[in-house]
Order: sequence, then structure tokens, then C-alpha cells
Amino acid sequence: MSHIPVAVILILVAVGTVLFHFISPWWWTPIASNWGYIDDTIIITFWVTGVVFVVVVLFMAYCVWRYRYREDRRAEYEPENTKMEVWLTVFTTVGVTAMLTPGLFVWNQFVTVPEGAAEVEVVGQQWTWGYRFPGKDGKLGTSNNAKINDGNPFGVNPDDPNGRDDVLIEDTELHLPLGIPVKMLLRSKDVLHDFYVPEFRAKMDMVPGAVTYFWFTPTRPGTFDILCFELCGVGHYQMRGNVVVEEQADFQKWLNKQKTFEQSMAKAAPSAGDSPKPVLEAADTGSAEKGITR
Amino acid sequence: MTYVGPAEFDRVPPAEIPEVDLYHAKSWVTKYVFSQDAKVIAIQYAFTAIAIGLVALVLSWLMRLQLGFPDSFSFIEPGDYYQFITMHGMIMVIYLLTALFLGGFGNYLIPLMCGARDMVFPYVNMLSYWVYLLAVLVLVASWFVPGGPTGAGWTLYPPQAILSGTPGADGGGIILMLVSLALFIIGFTMGGLNYVVTVLQARTRGMTLMRLPLTVWGIFVATILALLAFPALFVGAVMMTLDRILETSFFMPVIVQLGAVRENYAGGSPLLFQHLFWFFGHPEVYIVALPGFGIVSDLISVHARRNIFGYRMMVWAIVAIGGLSFVVWAHHMYVSGMNPWFGFFFATTTLIIAVPTALKVYNWVLTLWKGNIRLTLPMLFAIAFIITFVNGGITGLFLGNAVVDVPLSDTMFVVAHFHMVMGVAPILVILGAIYHWYPKMTGRMLNVPLGQFHFWVTFIGAYAIFLPIHYLGFLGVPRRYFEMGETTFIPESAHTLNEFITIIALIVGFAQLVFIYNIIRSCFKGEPAGSNPWGATTLEWQTPETPPGHGNFGKELPVVYRWAYDYGVPGAADDFIPQNVPPDKVAKAKS
Repeated sequence: MSHIPVAVILILVAVGTVLFHFISPWWWTPIASNWGYIDDTIIITFWVTGVVFVVVVLFMAYCVWRYRYREDRRAEYEPENTKMEVWLTVFTTVGVTAMLTPGLFVWNQFVTVPEGAAEVEVVGQQWTWGYRFPGKDGKLGTSNNAKINDGNPFGVNPDDPNGRDDVLIEDTELHLPLGIPVKMLLRSKDVLHDFYVPEFRAKMDMVPGAVTYFWFTPTRPGTFDILCFELCGVGHYQMRGNVVVEEQADFQKWLNKQKTFEQSMAKAAPSAGDSPKPVLEAADTGSAEKGITR
Repeated sequence: MTYVGPAEFDRVPPAEIPEVDLYHAKSWVTKYVFSQDAKVIAIQYAFTAIAIGLVALVLSWLMRLQLGFPDSFSFIEPGDYYQFITMHGMIMVIYLLTALFLGGFGNYLIPLMCGARDMVFPYVNMLSYWVYLLAVLVLVASWFVPGGPTGAGWTLYPPQAILSGTPGADGGGIILMLVSLALFIIGFTMGGLNYVVTVLQARTRGMTLMRLPLTVWGIFVATILALLAFPALFVGAVMMTLDRILETSFFMPVIVQLGAVRENYAGGSPLLFQHLFWFFGHPEVYIVALPGFGIVSDLISVHARRNIFGYRMMVWAIVAIGGLSFVVWAHHMYVSGMNPWFGFFFATTTLIIAVPTALKVYNWVLTLWKGNIRLTLPMLFAIAFIITFVNGGITGLFLGNAVVDVPLSDTMFVVAHFHMVMGVAPILVILGAIYHWYPKMTGRMLNVPLGQFHFWVTFIGAYAIFLPIHYLGFLGVPRRYFEMGETTFIPESAHTLNEFITIIALIVGFAQLVFIYNIIRSCFKGEPAGSNPWGATTLEWQTPETPPGHGNFGKELPVVYRWAYDYGVPGAADDFIPQNVPPDKVAKAKS
């Protein structure tokens, strides 16, 4: 095939890719959390790498046309050009640093939970979700998968007083209050799972035998889909739920309707008296760390 | 500073050891079946790898049928779908790409390009192929056991890989997969020792390491990576097999199934498997990429009639990429729940490895610059490789930057990234390499119009398949989903896009059949090629017979006087000087 059509096709590939990017209706879902910094880092990466991609492809198209074969020509004989190679190395290192630096800054924020964040535990299992809130004392009781049975589906330690008022939600719908940073504590009963809401931009795998975490602040009210984001067997694609982000007052109403660990244990052995209504408050500094089994 | 250029001396050191007698096969069976000749072994590897690769290609069509038209194909159930994706992935990465690059191209080209008669351990080399074939047969056998093959994903993560709820966990599918992998690793250790020791010890007189073509460097470093990385997969496979058969708990913590705690498992770490797997798995992708890098350097320089730009830097880049590939593995684990502080380390090393990789891209492009470019099929495939590799490498920079990986991990963005960089780009190199070396292997040229059709449909089609998939990932469409079902955030247009992608995939698949037809037809009807149709400098094109006979070089081994890239040497009559032409025999240009 002759050189001009090939060069034109290469140009079209570069132009077409850029055009596709800008006219494609398939872009990220509108964000509903504080992690806009991740989106910003992605934009920086697009600019740096996008320029390199376009320049490389267009330069190749130019070379294909300009240096097309002619019997009476010879290629230039230049085994190396150290100066050029040093410059290209420097330029690439600068580009890479420009992407890595903001990326590591935001990663640092991602792994550093802010003081006073609330805590919610998510428990995944094949193929559904469950949730646990600390209750009025602001502390989650210790837990252990080995203690799980029909009467104690979350494996809460019955001897730990902190666990008595923990609120248990054996339903796939989770409610969260708007605007409050929350540390999601993640557990699994069986295999790897991953709790992800695309609008929140934050996720972490759930590992049986361990407790993992991520944190975020919901910034937009609404109802958002939860999807499992780590292959967990044939039901993986059906492991769904939703998160309802709402004003604090509405959230409180919802939480008050849920039963506590003590109440669920009492069902097995009925005893007198209702427990006081549980309330989610931002946990005291340091106290949130207690009562979590690792 | 050593200038790598035309021969500066006309004295070549004598051979360090006397020539070893080559094994000569007597019967048809020992010549063509249980052959110790690396060229025959290479073709055996290639046929087996391509055959199982075609199975994986068909599996990809089934996957695309389900993804494009989820309501139409009721014979595909979720369990089937997970088996398809697992077998497709494992076959493509290991049984096709690794086997074809190392076992296929390595066996054919290393002795020839080094100026050797064969590999240094021919009997072990022969065994390596039969062990590989056994590994493939064990893998295929998993389709015939109760429950079928494993559907755990090619990454085989525990605990789900060996628990009910995942296809193949109960009936033996996962065990056959793990046994097959162990056999593969044994076979590739045998072969790998051959490739490494042959390059180090069996080069002909005058062939210093820095005169080797980059094809050899790429396969050589990739083989070292394989020898060092495969053991991690081997032990992971053994430990998982023990967890499954003997109910040990290397990777198994307390597991609750059907509401009750399982009696047998406790205390193990699922993350341990991931570390072992990816300690292997990341070098593995460079085991696939480095031979591609080496080969494409040679395709570009031959067909642009220009020396590869910056040869020494290219060699050091291959070595640096190989070394660095061992310290980046946990970029596959940013959201695994491992200690978050590892994210800083691995994001840094991952973005550092981008630098030598980018240098290679610049050098390929700078070889085109001021070249004398023939748009032959190998050149077209090489150009397509550069474009798709840059695209795929760039999306790797997104994922390598730990925090950017958080929203993108396990989405279709990851699927698009690794297909573009490890599927499309290396396959384009393999195709270009076949068009390039087919004349040497058969003495005939492949048909050009059929090749042009094959090239354009494959290149533009594969690009059109995988470019949009990145954007599905940005939307939040997850990978490894049998079907999306109802969501609040995925627009209807995404489903339409999936249909479009499926149709293109089927078209690109069809184009490969045209290629296979071309290969078979040209064996009989192809234009005779002569011994060096492309005018290449490397030793495989200087053999007295085409295809090369047993022993490769006839009575006398070649002596090498120059590097592999004397194209367009000023003052020479031809626009290339083969490596084995002494300085006083170079035809001078008429002034």
C-alpha cells in the first residue's frame, strides 16, 4: 500500500482517538463524594499522556510519508545520539513526576482517615451485604467469623459489652448521613468481595479473616447502586445493594428503626426491656479504634 | 566509550571451545516427531500454541456474544461464562503468548541469530516441548471432568477458587488447572535453561553480546525473568492444591458457608496468594512484552533500511525493564486490602519503569525518522504495534498511579488496558514476525493482498474494539460480570456500544481465518523467496539453505565482524551489510 494513504490513516487514528474522547457520551458518573481529587489527577494524566500519544502517532505519520522508500536514497547512518537520548530521558522523567506527585498526595489523603470520622462496618458474603453501626456508645464490638451462627450472623462477640448496642442491618440497603466523613470497615465471611459505589470513587477489597477500610464523605443526597467489585463466585454479578445518602435527621429516623445486637440475641432468649434507641454520633478521637477485631 | 558501528578490527578471536558434535537424527520419527532440532521444536511449539490460542479466541467470541446480547444466548449460563473468561485469559497469557514467544520464536531464532548449530541441550529442549504439550492436554482435560474447568478468573484468587460457588472447585477443574500450570513451568524451565545458556555460551566467533540482534536480547532477558518468576507461581499452585485436596490453610482463613463455620479452614491468608501470584504475574507480562520489543526493533530496522536508533540504550532498557519488573508487582493489589503504605512504594516503582519503556518507544520512532521506509507487511504490523503499545502503556500509567487505580480497578478500564498492551500489541508483533520470517522457514512469500486485508481489519478492528472499552470503565462498568442487569448509572447507549464491540470482534476473528488460509496456501503456491528477500543483516538470513538445514550453517560456522544493524552504511554499494561479511569483502559504492 502506498505511503500517503497509510500516513493519512495514522493521522486519522490519532485524530479519531482524541475526537472519540471528547464526543463520547461514556464518561464517569457524576461524583457524589469528596474524592474529586482523584478525578483531577485523572485529568492531569490525560493531558500529559494524551499529548505524548498524539505527538508520537503524528510524528510516525510524518516519517512514513517523508522517508518513504526510494531506490536512490539511503537512510541516515546514526547508531546513537547520546545528547538526544539524555534529553528524552529527562523529559520523560519530568512527565512521569508530574503525574506521580499529585497522585501520591491524593493517595496519602486516601489512606489517612480524618480525625473524628464516623464508622460503619460492611459485611459481605456470597452474595449479599450486611451492615453494622457502633450504636450509642460509639464503639463497635469485637467480632470474629468463627462466632458466626444463625443467631449471630455478624459474628459479634457476645462477651464484649461494646457490641451490645451495635445496630445490625441484614438488608442490602445502607443509609448514610450527608456531609459526614465515614470510615467504612470491611469484613467478609467467606471469600474476597469489594464494596463499590461508582459515584463515591472509593473502594477496597473485603478479605475474610481481616478488616480492611476506606473512607469518604458523601457530598450529594440520593440513592446509589452498590456493586461487588471482586470476583466472588457465580453470584458475583448479582451481589447488589444501594446506599441512600440523606440529611442527618432522616438518617437518624432510619437508624432508630433498626434492631441492635442485643435485641437480636434477645429474640433467641427473650428477656425484659427494650434497649435505648441507638444514635450515630461522630465517634470520639481514638475510641473508634477499639473494639475492632483484626 | 565504545562506538558500536562498522567493524573496527579485522581480527576475530579464535573459538573458546571446539565445536561439539551435533546429534543427527536417523528415522522419520526422530527427525520430525521426537526431534532434537530446535527449528522443528519451534514449529511444534508454534502449532500447539496457535491451536490452543484458537480455542481461546472462540471462547472470546462466546464471551462477547454474552456481553453484547445478554438476553439472546440462553445457552450461556453464569457458570459457563466464568469458565470462558478464566480459560480464555489463562490460555492467551501463558499457553499462547509465553509459549509462542519463548518456545516458538526463541527456539527458531536464538541458535540461528547467534550463529550456533542448535541449542546447547537438545535432548532437554525436546523434552520441554512434550512437557508443554502434556500441560496443554491436562488443561484441555478440565473440560471433560464433572463440573468442567475452573471459573475462578485467570488470577485464581483463593478462597473462592477452591470453594463451591465457583465452577470447577468441586469436580477437579481447579486441580487440573494447577497441575497443568506446574507442568508448564517444568517444561519452560527446561526450555529456558536452553535459551539462556545458548545465548551465553554458544555464540559464534565474533558475536559479542553487544552485536546480538535485539530479538535475541528480548527473548534472552524474558527467559531470565521466567526462570526467576515462575517458581512463585509454582509454589502458589502447590499450596492451593494442598488447600483444596488436604484442606490445609495456606490461603484459607475461617470460612462461613451456608450460615455455618467450615470445620477445616482457619488462619490462612488470601493476600499471601496474591503476593505470590503477582510476584510471578507482573514479570510474566514482561516475559510477553520483551520478546515483542526485541522483535519489533528488528522488524523496523530491516524494513526502514536503517540501523535501530540507540542500540546500546535499547539493550540497557530491556535489562532495566526486566530488573524493575520484579519490584512493581503490588500495583495489581492497591485495593486488595494490603498495607496502604505499600501503595507509595509500588506506585513509584511502577511509574519509574515507564521511563525505559518510553525510551524504547522514542527509539523505534527515531529509527523511522531519516529512514528509507518500505511499507511491507512486517513494517505495517510494526507501526501498528507502536501505536497500540503506546496507547496501552499510557493507560498503564493511569492504573499505576495508586489513587487513580481506586475508581478504575476491576472496571472494564483494566480489561481494555491489558488487552491493548498485552493482547493487541504483542499479537501484532507476532503477526508481523510471521510475515517477516515465513520466507526463511518455508522459502516462500506470504500473499500480499490477503496480508493487506488481514492487517487493516486486525489493526483498525482491534483498536476499535478496545478503545471504547476504556470509557465503559470510566462509567463504572465492572469486569467479570455475567450481565449488568438494572443499574441507575449505566446509560442505554452503553449496551448499544457493547453490541457494536461484539460485532467488530467477530469480524476481526474472521480476518484471522484469512491469515491461516494464507499460511497454508502460500506453503504451496507462494512466490519463491530466495534466501534473503528483505535484505537483512542478521545471521539467519545468511544460511546456505532456505529453509535452513539441520546444523543451520553448513560445514563452516559463520564468523561475525559487525553489529546487527549495518543498514545504509556510507560508502557501501548495498544498503545493508550482513553480519558475517568481513570488512575487506564489503562491496564499495561506485563514486
